[in-house]
Amino acid sequence: MGKKVALTGNEAAAHAIRQINPDVIAAFPITPSTPIPQTVAQFIADGEMDTELVTVESEHSAMSACIGAAAAGGRVMTATSANGYALMWEMLYIASGMRLPIVMAVVARALSSPLNIHGDHSDIMGGRDTGWIQLISENSQEAYDNIIQAVKIAENKNVMTPALVAQDGFNTSHTIEIWELEDDQKVKEFIGEYEPLYPMLNTDEPVTHGAWAPPNWYFEHKISQLKGLLDSKDVVEKVGKEFGETFGRHYGLYEAYKLDDAEYVIVAAGSVCGTTKDIIDGLREDGVKAGLLKIRLFRPFPYEELAETLQSAKAIAVLDRVSPAGAQGGPLFTEIRSALYDTQSRTPVINYTYGLGGRDTQPKHINSVFETLKRIVETGKVEKQFDCLNLRGEWR
Amino acid sequence: MALLNELAKKKEGLVNGHRLCPGCTHPVIMRQVFAAADTDKYDIIIAAATGCFEVSSGLYPYTSWNVPWIHSAFENAASTISGIEAMYKVWKRKGRTNKDIRFIALASDGGTYDIGFQALSGAIERGHQFLYICNDNNAYQNTGNQRSSATPFGGSTTTSPNGKIKFGKEQPRKDIVSIIEGHHLPYTAQASPSNWRDLMNKVKKALDVNGPTYLNVIEPCTTGWGFPPNMAIEIAQLAVDTCVWPLYEVINGKVVINYKPKKKLPVTEYLKPQKRFAHLFKKGNEYLIEEFQKQVNAHWEWLLKREECGIEYGTTKE
Repeated sequence: MGKKVALTGNEAAAHAIRQINPDVIAAFPITPSTPIPQTVAQFIADGEMDTELVTVESEHSAMSACIGAAAAGGRVMTATSANGYALMWEMLYIASGMRLPIVMAVVARALSSPLNIHGDHSDIMGGRDTGWIQLISENSQEAYDNIIQAVKIAENKNVMTPALVAQDGFNTSHTIEIWELEDDQKVKEFIGEYEPLYPMLNTDEPVTHGAWAPPNWYFEHKISQLKGLLDSKDVVEKVGKEFGETFGRHYGLYEAYKLDDAEYVIVAAGSVCGTTKDIIDGLREDGVKAGLLKIRLFRPFPYEELAETLQSAKAIAVLDRVSPAGAQGGPLFTEIRSALYDTQSRTPVINYTYGLGGRDTQPKHINSVFETLKRIVETGKVEKQFDCLNLRGEWR
Repeated sequence: MALLNELAKKKEGLVNGHRLCPGCTHPVIMRQVFAAADTDKYDIIIAAATGCFEVSSGLYPYTSWNVPWIHSAFENAASTISGIEAMYKVWKRKGRTNKDIRFIALASDGGTYDIGFQALSGAIERGHQFLYICNDNNAYQNTGNQRSSATPFGGSTTTSPNGKIKFGKEQPRKDIVSIIEGHHLPYTAQASPSNWRDLMNKVKKALDVNGPTYLNVIEPCTTGWGFPPNMAIEIAQLAVDTCVWPLYEVINGKVVINYKPKKKLPVTEYLKPQKRFAHLFKKGNEYLIEEFQKQVNAHWEWLLKREECGIEYGTTKE
């Protein structure tokens, strides 16, 4: 049993990092993830961890230094949000292409413009094709647990792929919650030692990292990289199971909340899932078969497993905390719909954009989603395939 | 310094088989760097920026590098080496290595003066132990000779071309060494592969500094500058003898000029053999050569005065 603590999501991430005690961290502050490097810097200053902290001059350099450090040979971590994540963009692809198991805490936040420092998923969804493993957390406990697991997942020899662990800006990053902080030694044992492959610092066996690949080789590199990313799915499951056995909190690829017989289903990721669960509990008391499919692993997208869990649904609403930006719907929506296409289910699937730039999503908004789903089942008609929650006026 | 025949026996860090242009000075400079490095005492690790040298020496599944070498992007050689050096500190502290390793970041003017400038400034300010070598070929040569802030006044490039109403680049070069010097790092210098002994001395000195050091090296480019492949070193020598490329050091803020030409040649000697300056010699463009000469003189005079001054940074004379 861990120790119950009342701390923020950022502090949860910082404590996970302290216990992992990576060899190198290179980071640049950005709201709302700034408290992570700050807290880590204080841990280092107080001798509670001995990580080499490189206080770089930008996020581009943060990821570049992480890449250098990881190739040199060792455990490497960083943290960022929003525009910082966007500034890393180029280097995110390079980190995954070079198969360096860097772990990054992302406190998800809106991208400019307009400038907005509050939570949404514009950053991580924009970066969904960068080749990173993406784990999304609902609360502080999950942020903490996922960061610890991410180290083990990323460093698995069949995976060797960087991983990010997201939590929602302010909703969890700056909210004090009660969660369980595990014993330092137990965490250390859980993650184990890391043996880097081909460390540059082994000068006796000089290795060239980051050679360029012409058309006759690039393709093979990218597909080999894809295999590593796809293989991480089984490792995520395995590590989630081990984590449950060790610490008592079990993790799978996703969380099915009252989903077994659910007819009205919300699919969502992040902090909104807490509100949704609360509403489901109320609806269930009234005999309404409501349920939630909470996305945990977004990349690689476990489409078969997710589609399987949705087979009992009579109507599905997918909540995306990002603008569809001209696509048929948000990224989660299009992937869920695509996953269902290969099954017998022809259940109506609708899409909501919610919570952009920190806009509140309250119980009444989630309730309205279930009301709409019920109406769809009753009438057999989908009035709006896409809509917004808590937006001034009609979206169109 | 070791005798030439001893240097020739040293293990090469850069081996043959690279795909650089015939007459390119990148490998010449690099071999001088390796010849200068005291590799009996320490090992070398290199982080390279995207550029001619990188694409020509690290083409999968081949490599020309006999030392650990990494490339990841264009603008980040300095931040990449920062991460490597940070990891080295950890390895030392935790007893994972007992080796003495020195770090070199390698870029050209594009990756240094322009897109990589921020990363370089940050890495110097943080005080990592590394030597940053800028092989300055005066333009973005890897993408086909586009102007950079290191392109000289009047130089014709594909994005600052000479035309019916324009004469090439309208601005003077960025004085990168002075900007780097503003970080008050222990050692900054400028060198040329034509004066190889001087270049090697500088590399050796820089690698022995426990902190950031910077070396700006002229890297004549046969294709971009437009001169025959057998003339690169001669062009470099002309740059030195015309004071277009002064050889000097800034040691703790104190300027030391390493070479003063007995007879300072007019800049036309340097400009004439290069196609990128051919238009300057057309009738009516005399004023451009005058302006070029003026800029070179101003910088040279300023350096001479600074050397005469002899003041170190952080010391005041009573």
